[in-house]
Amino acid sequence: MQKISNWGKHPIINSEVLSFDNPYSLNDKIDISGKIITYGNGRSYGDASLQKKVVSTNRYNSLKDFDLKTGILKCESGVLLDDILSVFVPKGWFLPVSPGTKYITVGGAIAADIHGKNHHQDGSFGKYVIEMDIMRSDGTIINCSKNKNFDFFNLTIGAMGLTGIILDVKIQLHKIETAYIYQETQSFNNLDQIMDEFESQNNWKYSVAWIDLFAKKNNLGRGIFIKGRHAFKNELIDENFKINHLLTHRDSLLSLPFDMPSKFLNKFSGKLFNQIYYKLNYNKITSNIVHYDQFFYPLDKLRNWNRIYGSNGFTQYQLVLPKEIDRSVFKQIIRTIQDADASSYLAVLKLFGDQNDFMSFPMAGYTLSLDFPVNSSIFSLLNKLDEIVIKYGGRLYLAKDVRMNKDTLLKTYMNANAFAEAISILNNGPTYYSSLLSTRLGITS
Amino acid sequence: MKKILIIGANSDMGKSFARDCAEKGSDLILTGRDEVRLEQLANDLKIRNNIKIEIMLFDIRNRDQVISFYDSLPSKPDVVACFIGILAETKECTNDFEIAKNIININFTYIILVLDQIANAFEHEKNGIIVCISSTAGDRGRASRYHYGSAKSGLNTYLSGLRQRLYKSNVRVINIKPGFCNTKMIKDIDTHEFLTSKPEDISKAIFRAIKYNLDVVYVYWFWKWIMLIVKLIPEFIFKRLNIK
Repeated sequence: MQKISNWGKHPIINSEVLSFDNPYSLNDKIDISGKIITYGNGRSYGDASLQKKVVSTNRYNSLKDFDLKTGILKCESGVLLDDILSVFVPKGWFLPVSPGTKYITVGGAIAADIHGKNHHQDGSFGKYVIEMDIMRSDGTIINCSKNKNFDFFNLTIGAMGLTGIILDVKIQLHKIETAYIYQETQSFNNLDQIMDEFESQNNWKYSVAWIDLFAKKNNLGRGIFIKGRHAFKNELIDENFKINHLLTHRDSLLSLPFDMPSKFLNKFSGKLFNQIYYKLNYNKITSNIVHYDQFFYPLDKLRNWNRIYGSNGFTQYQLVLPKEIDRSVFKQIIRTIQDADASSYLAVLKLFGDQNDFMSFPMAGYTLSLDFPVNSSIFSLLNKLDEIVIKYGGRLYLAKDVRMNKDTLLKTYMNANAFAEAISILNNGPTYYSSLLSTRLGITS
Repeated sequence: MKKILIIGANSDMGKSFARDCAEKGSDLILTGRDEVRLEQLANDLKIRNNIKIEIMLFDIRNRDQVISFYDSLPSKPDVVACFIGILAETKECTNDFEIAKNIININFTYIILVLDQIANAFEHEKNGIIVCISSTAGDRGRASRYHYGSAKSGLNTYLSGLRQRLYKSNVRVINIKPGFCNTKMIKDIDTHEFLTSKPEDISKAIFRAIKYNLDVVYVYWFWKWIMLIVKLIPEFIFKRLNIK
């Protein structure tokens, strides 16, 4: 038995952790019968990959094939995005979609159908999956793709690991000329201005905004808008960049050895950090060329930044509302958080493009992601926010969720019932794929 | 560091080290028992970097293969890293003669028979680096795993002697002591996250030792101090303690 949790460090449970580096040892030597869920690198936030028994893919991490001409990579599901970047950036290839951390597995990226700063143009990770092998409940391995066993393929993307253990996958990488990003950042005084910017600047490949949730009245929703695209080789002026224009990232050496006291992040320090960050960028338009590691993964610099929230852990609340919803709803959400005196220390806004997949989170509209330390009052606030999300036809990101109830799922994910039914039909063998998340949401028992 | 021989390349530590070597552009010779997995690893490494990789099937329990080890190598390396090792609890060893014998032979006897051959060759060449993974368990015998510990202790003594012998021949001998490392070997032991290293950390420690000319490396710095304290406790007190 081992103590495991995901990135939010809440909940922490005792679990039997199995691992493998050869799929044929599953069932044969490693008993995966009963309730089980796949555990990747533990970077989802809530309870999505937690169960009394988990099968870890951390040792199932080999590269199998790569075509330098087409950028198609075949690898095992435990490979980290970090590893893909290290190996393929020097060869001129990048991830098609990348979240805010590079320390996630490919299997996890598919299971949660992750999105990134380019969603408005390029969609989510699932779109770049060409083929998968999945170990089903009865122990057989099914090969699926857009042309073969399509239903199974489609169901698996965004299924949070409930269709089976994702084994080998084939994905399409994105061609790049340099490892650098041309970025522009600009501060805006309120939410409307930021949303205008999202809507007028959607020709940029990457865009995201950081929001200061502590600002009120006329400044409500002020923040920094960040947009970027891959830099071309002839744009690199800095000599250090030119020496190796396909330079990969370095391992971060900074880490927090212990949990910070839970009082470390409070209203005052949170407000201070947010103000400093805003003021540093205030009334400035900066354009510069930065390394991809700095643009995509600033938080990875501190290897275990989740310890900042203290030993009680934290939760991330990420919602999306349909595009046609009035902007005032977002202001209402921010005010609700402020009224509850529970400001989020890190808030990120992003405009998604169209997507209408079976269980995937993204849909055309704005998504807001909020960090909250876990404490006694936080969950009642989140319940209030749920009501707004339900009322306006939005939904919450399952990879970050740790507290939503079954009712909310049914009201926000149109296919939730059909999904639960499909999973119960698929769970017909000795292995019963089920996580704390899927049990809580009534998808599995 | 032109050509590195990795003995026990299919182990979690061996695999991780092989990847780092590939990234740095060294050619490799991989040995292991399972041919399919060796091929798979070689394939993974070739995708990472365009290096030359040779593989050799090798089972350290096979007497003939041990005797002819160096001569059988497809080419000759200038760095050797040995990742061979197995673990068993005291209880398993005392109940089963075969397990006890394997713990001693695989962790000690056979390894030194292999390293002796490499040492002779490197001594002759007046160049080379020998890296061997030992264990903090070899620093002092403890009730829970002292068969394993005493084999590792023997290995430590061997490496120390070998280092002294080869010093004047410009051959370096590096002893890596991982403490707990999160591999398939310790899957049944409850370990604290803070004390447990990852296979990648072992690989980093090896490169650190090579770069800074270190002889004995504890993968996490604090293990050195933990083991120093453990070693300093007088026997009449130590025997009463319950240290895992």
